[in-house]
Amino acid sequence: MYDAPASEQKVNQQTTKISARKVQVYYGDTHAIKDVDVDIEDRTVTAFIGPSGCGKSTFLRCLNRMNDTIDVARIEGDILLDGEDIYDKKVDPVQLRAKVGMVFQKPNPFPKSIYDNIAYGPRIHGLAKNKADLDEIVEKSLRRGAIWNEVKDRLHAPGTGLSGGQQQRLCIARAIATEPEVLLMDEPCSALDPIATGQVEELIDELRESYSVVIVTHSMQQAARVSQKTAFFHLGNLVEYGETGQIFTNPVDPRTESYITGRIG
Amino acid sequence: MPIFWLVLIVLAIGAAGYVAGRRRALASAGGDSRHLHSLPSYYGSNVAIKAVVPAFLLMIVWLLVQPLYVSNTVSGMLPQSAIPDNSSRGLVMAEVRRAAEGMNNAVAQGLMSEEFAGNARADVADVTQRLKDAGQIVTSQVTQPILRAAQRYRVMNSTGGQMMTIAVLVLSVLGSLWGLRESQAEYRARNIVERSIRALLVGAASIAVLTTLGIVLSLVFNTVEFFRLYPATDFFFGLNWAPSFSGRGGSSDLGILPLLWGTFYISLVALVVAVPIGLFAAIYLSEYASPRIRSFAKPLLEVLAGIPTIVYGLFALLTVGPLLLGVFGDEGLGIMQAGTAVMTAGLVLGIMLIPFVSSLSDDIINAVPQAMRDGSYGLGATKSETIKQVVLPAALPGIVGAILLAASRAIGETMIVVLGAGAAARLSLNPFEAMTTVTAKIVSQLTGDADFASPEALVAFALGMTLFVITLGLNIFALYIVRKYREQYE
Amino acid sequence: MTDATSTPGSATPRAHKATSLLTVDERTRRRNASEGRFKTYGIVAIAIALFFLVVLVVAILRSGLPAFTATVADVEITITQEEFDAAEGELFKTKAYEQLFIGKLQRQLSENGMQVEFDAAAIERIMGKVGGDIREFYRANPAQLGEPVSFQLSASSRVDGYFKGRVTREALQDSRFLQLSDLDLVDALEEAGIIRQSFNWTFIQGADSGVDNPGGAGIGASVVGSFFMMLVVLFLSLPIGVAASIYLEEFAPQNRWTDMIEVNISNLAAVPSIVFGILGLAVFIQFMHLPQSAPLVGGLVLTLMTLPTIIISTRASLKAVPPSIRDAALGVGASKMQAVFHHVLPLAMPGILTGTIIGLAQALGETAPLLLIGMVGFVARGYPDGIVSGFVDPNSAMPAQIYTWAARADAAFYEKAWGGIIILLLFLMTMNFIAIVLRRRFERRW
Repeated sequence: MYDAPASEQKVNQQTTKISARKVQVYYGDTHAIKDVDVDIEDRTVTAFIGPSGCGKSTFLRCLNRMNDTIDVARIEGDILLDGEDIYDKKVDPVQLRAKVGMVFQKPNPFPKSIYDNIAYGPRIHGLAKNKADLDEIVEKSLRRGAIWNEVKDRLHAPGTGLSGGQQQRLCIARAIATEPEVLLMDEPCSALDPIATGQVEELIDELRESYSVVIVTHSMQQAARVSQKTAFFHLGNLVEYGETGQIFTNPVDPRTESYITGRIG
Repeated sequence: MPIFWLVLIVLAIGAAGYVAGRRRALASAGGDSRHLHSLPSYYGSNVAIKAVVPAFLLMIVWLLVQPLYVSNTVSGMLPQSAIPDNSSRGLVMAEVRRAAEGMNNAVAQGLMSEEFAGNARADVADVTQRLKDAGQIVTSQVTQPILRAAQRYRVMNSTGGQMMTIAVLVLSVLGSLWGLRESQAEYRARNIVERSIRALLVGAASIAVLTTLGIVLSLVFNTVEFFRLYPATDFFFGLNWAPSFSGRGGSSDLGILPLLWGTFYISLVALVVAVPIGLFAAIYLSEYASPRIRSFAKPLLEVLAGIPTIVYGLFALLTVGPLLLGVFGDEGLGIMQAGTAVMTAGLVLGIMLIPFVSSLSDDIINAVPQAMRDGSYGLGATKSETIKQVVLPAALPGIVGAILLAASRAIGETMIVVLGAGAAARLSLNPFEAMTTVTAKIVSQLTGDADFASPEALVAFALGMTLFVITLGLNIFALYIVRKYREQYE
Repeated sequence: MTDATSTPGSATPRAHKATSLLTVDERTRRRNASEGRFKTYGIVAIAIALFFLVVLVVAILRSGLPAFTATVADVEITITQEEFDAAEGELFKTKAYEQLFIGKLQRQLSENGMQVEFDAAAIERIMGKVGGDIREFYRANPAQLGEPVSFQLSASSRVDGYFKGRVTREALQDSRFLQLSDLDLVDALEEAGIIRQSFNWTFIQGADSGVDNPGGAGIGASVVGSFFMMLVVLFLSLPIGVAASIYLEEFAPQNRWTDMIEVNISNLAAVPSIVFGILGLAVFIQFMHLPQSAPLVGGLVLTLMTLPTIIISTRASLKAVPPSIRDAALGVGASKMQAVFHHVLPLAMPGILTGTIIGLAQALGETAPLLLIGMVGFVARGYPDGIVSGFVDPNSAMPAQIYTWAARADAAFYEKAWGGIIILLLFLMTMNFIAIVLRRRFERRW
């Protein structure tokens, strides 16, 4: 089921969604991200790989300004979304995050019903005109999150009562419900068992049709399975970025090769 | 202070036993401590424990039992005729005790000889006069049966004391001899000593249970006694609180409802002040404040928590009361008669509870996992939306628990209401009127010279019982909620 | 993945709202406004709480600081042997001394170029019965006759109030305590440097006075009472609390008895303090016949009240010592008991002491239980004679003394109550400061 390499799948004509130039991130005195340049394309799954602590998650969190919530974090450089600088003073991170959604490592459903979990985003952003509208958004999001059939009979049961894999798909559906343009995923499968992982990976592949998906993963196999483009981070540097097939079969940088062949990591 | 000396002597026996035990054990091993089962000090400790612990236990039990035994015997001696109609056996016994103590003091001052004090044929009037001369308080003329009883009381107490001294010393010496006999090289002294220490530790931990037991027993016994003198239904459902001041009962109305109403009204005002301020302060400190503001504001809030309640009481009586009176009193809106009122006490009580609510809520809000907040921010929610729709609902059970704990504190608070709420028991809705609370009435019924056997004094125990049950119920419920809440996120 | 494939049509890309990030839309603006409001509520809440704190501190300082000054009159007079003999020969002796005093005072004033008429009654209203004091002094020290002697006489509480703003000329109504004309004399005496404000040592060192003498009231005796009470609390609650915590944290098996103890401790910590007072009254005074108003009994009650606090904080310090320390000790063959007493306990000691000091500070400020065991309404007129009597003789304690003053009718005692609060808070601040220093100095992060 997962044997078809992503690189062989049909890749649409691409446009750049996010472009980052000379991005530096500091946590207090620590220089966590050094000089990262990267272009993330629309309707593509881009994987960030690298050893633990290499900065891939940090960089991901820069893309929707989640680092703003950390007091000591400081970011320099430019990150453009559709040509607009997301760190511009005029940009409201709230509006940005509505466009750039995020799914986290650990499934984090709110302690509310499944319905309210999904409806949360549309409600705060005012996406639904009325109750029927909201019902439709919820159903659509749950269907796209590939969890509708499992929860349609208990929409008002608490979201925390679902299994780990279901919770993560619920969180993905929740992120989709606000109709983002980019979906950031921070190791979305690390807390899941292999079967749930398979379901989520399949879902990611489907999401590619409408979103630009950026996924951070510590599993090289997963990156190979789901992504079209791969970026390899090491010690805060972006070492190599290119087509997934090329990175995994014919890496340019010796560090990438060492990592892929298991010598560092 | 013979007990003081007795304690010192027993401790000295213990110390001597320690040295002897250590030496004897070493000698039995030929002076080489490596041949001992345990370190030499354990042998010494073994002897010391055996010399001191049983002796002290005996002493404590003796001290508790002897007064009971003596009172019972002496009380049985009093003929029915010695008890006046309007009095009780308990009151006469108090008189006996006072006379006996008076004689003790008079003898100690050298104003009365021991023989005279013990003289069974002594003239009653003479004894009374001599006691009065010695500056001892004797309420009235000491009667013949009372004098007889007091003399008996003194004799029994002093023989009891002597017997106790002898018994304790003998037990201590026997214990140390037993320990010494055991001090041989192969004796497992460490295990024994450690087991005794463990028993001591268990005993210390049990003191908490004993305290609760003591509280419950002292409340229950006196409450039962009270209900024997005053009907329980009148107490629980009476709408009027008007104790007579004669202290002899009969004409008192002791209904708890006005007091409960005052208590709940004041607590309500306090919570209305403390909960919003405390909760918003906690939200601000845990979600918005920069580390610098936090490190400055949080300790200042805690200062409010560390101020003793007497200070708040004085603040209510002398600062807030007159201030409110200036605004709402005759010169202002004209709806407040005096500085002491529900509003005064409630407001100050609320100020006192602000740090309590805020620090509990702070803990609870911080226990909500960061992942929840991240999930909400990741969807583009603002901070306040996240707090209102994700953090607070998640923290709700814990916050409810915190508010219940605060309510329990408010209900049990004494000094602020004693000084700030007034003394009149009243069922009224006007928060600017003086009302009184359960705690304030416990204080007023038990201070002063009221006789402990009268319903006017005993009612305080029934009030205490009510207070204890209410606060305990609230606490158990609140702690249960908070614990359940914590488990959810662990 | 049945449901995703079952509705392929719904997975079509949706039309994005073509909004720029650089312009803030109407809805976001509204949301940000509500965000700002919410944040303001928080700031307002903190501000209100801090405002209350400031008001409290200002009230304490403004009303309490005057307690530390007293109004005194320094008068240096010389009484000769002849004058003494003459006065002793009179029928109303103190009256004679008073006349002597007045004459000499008037002369002194006129030497300063002042002419104020006053009589014995005015002097009495301002400074009490000086005649008696002077007579007593010379009868005790006849050698001082003929020598200049400077008397320091404390002014009456009304005059004291006049200096501190409690009594004003406008509000003053002539009474047998003070008349408007007396204030002219007071002003003149102040101008001559005879009446002045001086530090009130009596307040610091003295004992309580009767209800009619606010000027002579001092907090010293009740500080001593509190001190003995704290000794009892310290020497009982520290060992018992530590022993109980060690048992519960290190040895207790998981069973019902342990559960019961734990539930008990957490509930005891929240029992109203007045209930502990009832316990003390019923058990220590009614049942065991320990002396009323004695610091020993107060200490016992406060010990029971403080124990839960100390146990809770001690357990937290013991828990903070990592298990590796215990394993290391057990690994070299120490018994469990040795591991705890040789390694865990010393490492937890700074935390335990910090918790104990904070518990003591709480106990020091506690009033309600003391009311019930008779430490109020009692006039602590002196210091205890020795150590034993310090524990068992009736005395007051600082908070109880403050309550006594607050409950008296004479408003001059309120000043003493506030002053007492300053002293009490100074003690509490010192204790908390020591606790903070201990924590800072010895706190170990594992």
